[in-house]
Amino acid sequence: MPTDLRINGKTHQVDLPDDVPLLWVLRDEVGLTGTKFGCGVAACGACTVHIDGEAVRSCQVALSDVWGEVTTIEGLGSPDAMAAIQQAWVEHQVAQCGYCQSGQIMQAASLLAKNPAPSDAEIDEAMQGNLCRCGTYPRIRAAIHSAAQKMQEA
Amino acid sequence: MASIAKIARRTFMIGSAAIVGGVAFGAYYVSRPAPNPLQPGEGEAALNPFVLIDQNGVTLFAPRAEMGQGVKTSWAALIAEELDVELDQVRVLHGPAATAYYNSAFIADGLPGRGYDTGNFKHAIGEALGHLGKTLNLHGTGGSTSMKDGYKRMRQAGATARETLKQAAAERLGVERAQLSTAKGVVTAPDGTAIPYAELAMEAAKLEPVETGLRPKSDWRLIGKSQPRIDMGEKATGTAEFGIDVRLPGMKFASVRMNPRQGGGMAGFDASAAEGMPGVEKILDMGAGVAVVATNTWLAMQALDTIEVDWEDAPYPPETDQVFARIAEAFEDAPNSVLRDNGDADTLPDGATELTAEYQVPYLAHATMEPMNATALLQDGKLTVWCGNQMPTYTQMKCAEEAGLESEQVDIRTTYLGGGFGRRVEFDYAVLATRLAKQMPGTPVQLTWSREEDMRHDMYRPGALARMRGAVKDGQAVLLDGKVAAASPVAQAMKRLADLPQAGPDKVHVEGFFNAPYAIPNFRMAGHLSDIQIPVGFWRSVGNSFNAFFVESFIDEMAHAAGADPLEFRLDMARREWTPAAGVLEAVRDMSGWTGKTVEGTGHGVAMCYSFGTPVAEVIEVVEEDGSIRISNAWIACDVGQAIDPSIIRAQMFSGMAYGLSAACFGEITFADGAAEQGNFPDYDAIRMHTMPTTQVQVLESQAHLGGVGEPGTPPAAPALANALFNLTGKRARRLPLMHDFDLLV
Repeated sequence: MPTDLRINGKTHQVDLPDDVPLLWVLRDEVGLTGTKFGCGVAACGACTVHIDGEAVRSCQVALSDVWGEVTTIEGLGSPDAMAAIQQAWVEHQVAQCGYCQSGQIMQAASLLAKNPAPSDAEIDEAMQGNLCRCGTYPRIRAAIHSAAQKMQEA
Repeated sequence: MASIAKIARRTFMIGSAAIVGGVAFGAYYVSRPAPNPLQPGEGEAALNPFVLIDQNGVTLFAPRAEMGQGVKTSWAALIAEELDVELDQVRVLHGPAATAYYNSAFIADGLPGRGYDTGNFKHAIGEALGHLGKTLNLHGTGGSTSMKDGYKRMRQAGATARETLKQAAAERLGVERAQLSTAKGVVTAPDGTAIPYAELAMEAAKLEPVETGLRPKSDWRLIGKSQPRIDMGEKATGTAEFGIDVRLPGMKFASVRMNPRQGGGMAGFDASAAEGMPGVEKILDMGAGVAVVATNTWLAMQALDTIEVDWEDAPYPPETDQVFARIAEAFEDAPNSVLRDNGDADTLPDGATELTAEYQVPYLAHATMEPMNATALLQDGKLTVWCGNQMPTYTQMKCAEEAGLESEQVDIRTTYLGGGFGRRVEFDYAVLATRLAKQMPGTPVQLTWSREEDMRHDMYRPGALARMRGAVKDGQAVLLDGKVAAASPVAQAMKRLADLPQAGPDKVHVEGFFNAPYAIPNFRMAGHLSDIQIPVGFWRSVGNSFNAFFVESFIDEMAHAAGADPLEFRLDMARREWTPAAGVLEAVRDMSGWTGKTVEGTGHGVAMCYSFGTPVAEVIEVVEEDGSIRISNAWIACDVGQAIDPSIIRAQMFSGMAYGLSAACFGEITFADGAAEQGNFPDYDAIRMHTMPTTQVQVLESQAHLGGVGEPGTPPAAPALANALFNLTGKRARRLPLMHDFDLLV
């Protein structure tokens, strides 16, 4: 039974078993590879996407359980039209290897949507599920503060 | 080039380059240029392998793997500096696997000596010897070598291309080359005529390359200034292509399970439950394991989990305690190296206080964020392999062997690396993808390992043991005598890469110890090699990662025994040995406001290590809050000689430190029944947002030579933290990870 999924404003029909995690639907079926596989057990956050604006680990959401509109990193902005948070990532030169950054950005975007001016402690709380083996945390923190400021000014 | 051949041959016998080389025809090829790997298409002219100009513009080749260290940007900046183009005007590509992209600094780092004592003569030999990289096909990224290697060669490449373009313009316009100027990819004549480089490409291609000198530092536009990273926009938008993101028409997705008792075989398997599972297309025997090819990676992994395999035993002791007992046996054998032996380390100086201690550090996984993967297609007698890798020429050779092809029939496409840290120096994942492609010609197949497969099939940082003896007198160190035992990544990698035996002293095994830039009158260091067969490899900073922990923890114990301040104790020894080492200690002292005293509930520790040409000192502060210990602050100072890109260097320093702190706090691979017990991040955690200290980095430029930056931030992290914990709790950490003995914030 094909399933209809709303992803980044478009409807995709996918024909996969119900239990395939959203991560692998996005990557191997829909071809949206910006969402990354890191651990498969919700321990690293590399696969973070939004469902109806809420940050979720897409490796833990079965296809049949997707309850709303999915937004991936590709839906947030593109190289030619970046979202404010992506611009902040560039401004602060955050990424090193870059592999975890899609998940970091999606997690941070969800934080800022709920809390437009997070404190350091709130950033710690929201971001501690997102692992970065390059240790880019100081610049992630700076970019979140900077994006918060710009989004408030805008 | 003749003199290079001569020097190379002479040095062959004295240098540890002989270990790597072991090939006598080296000197012959050294005197000939490596073949140009870029075959220009119609309308293109390859001026040299690092610059390509066609009608569409300028393409620079940065044939060093971009694994986060910013090499794509820094490498391009070196070329652009002399070529007179702006980074936002050019395309930067990785380029194919090719001997012409040899890494000269790999071998220069293998020269005997402590590194920091390199005089100009030895430095020159190092540069000349570097050309041996060409002979050995050492196209690779590692050892924090990229900038050392590219610093002069890339500026020369840019300058030669620029002058050749100017010569072409001069001939077209009938003026002297010296009358022309260049900027932003355009040649301009005195009368204002402006010709873009792209229009001069075909004419320039017909000319002999014009050689010229390099510009003085005072004229630099790009080098020494932080550049916006070329890869940043892609990485902020999910559009950067990693190996795991390669998508090809008709591609299948596969996963593999190999014997977790690494090196052991497979007696048989039962895949009956997997057959007929959704999406499953093929179940393939991989030798010491089994693979499932499916329509989706997750479906392949699910099917794999149902396969029952009869694994054979590993060629090493199955339990952790037995493993370390086996490593300790190496102390009974004659040392492989005694690369430092000052004074008389056997005799306790009169009136000195002696102290001894033993240390142990675990095996460590690399745990790159992107699990190992590769995509392969065998078609019409040609193999194409897409993957992130640090050694494209070796990957090419090994995949060719697996497919039964010549290297020339194998095309390696290097993508971005979702972390390297030394793991992607290896080629095992690419060979396995080739093994799949071989069994399904005409169909591209992407092989992705689960996290568990990745963690249980690593070439680990070796577990290591140290036996330390020291003596202090009148507040100073008068004797340091250390022995270290571990398996050798170099010996194992030589066997894996080239089936060559390792010979001579293994410098990598003792780096960070024998060359500690401290003056101690009686100073000896012996390296003992264990032949235990657990796979080991190059883990960010390699030998320095354990040696710095041993030396810098024990120096702290000696300072304590001497009643001296640990920072002043080190500073005194460093000043008498090598000024830049003292300089980084002074810098962290001043940055951190070090007074030797801390307020109640906080502790601080210091460590310094010279590695990959760069001395780095770190001060770590810990604080006790709510019953657990948090790393609150860190200060890092490095001396890189010449900072090519300060922002990238600062990032590499705190990154290296975070990698070291992750391992120090939480990292260990232990063994049960021959297999690694840890499989995923819940068992192998790392520093996260809330456990990362607030960090300040200072980049100094006082030393004479260009130092590496990718790894030197790592070695001081573990000892600086352990010393801070001692300062806070009075308890000395002699084993890692620290989570077993301290109540760390997780």
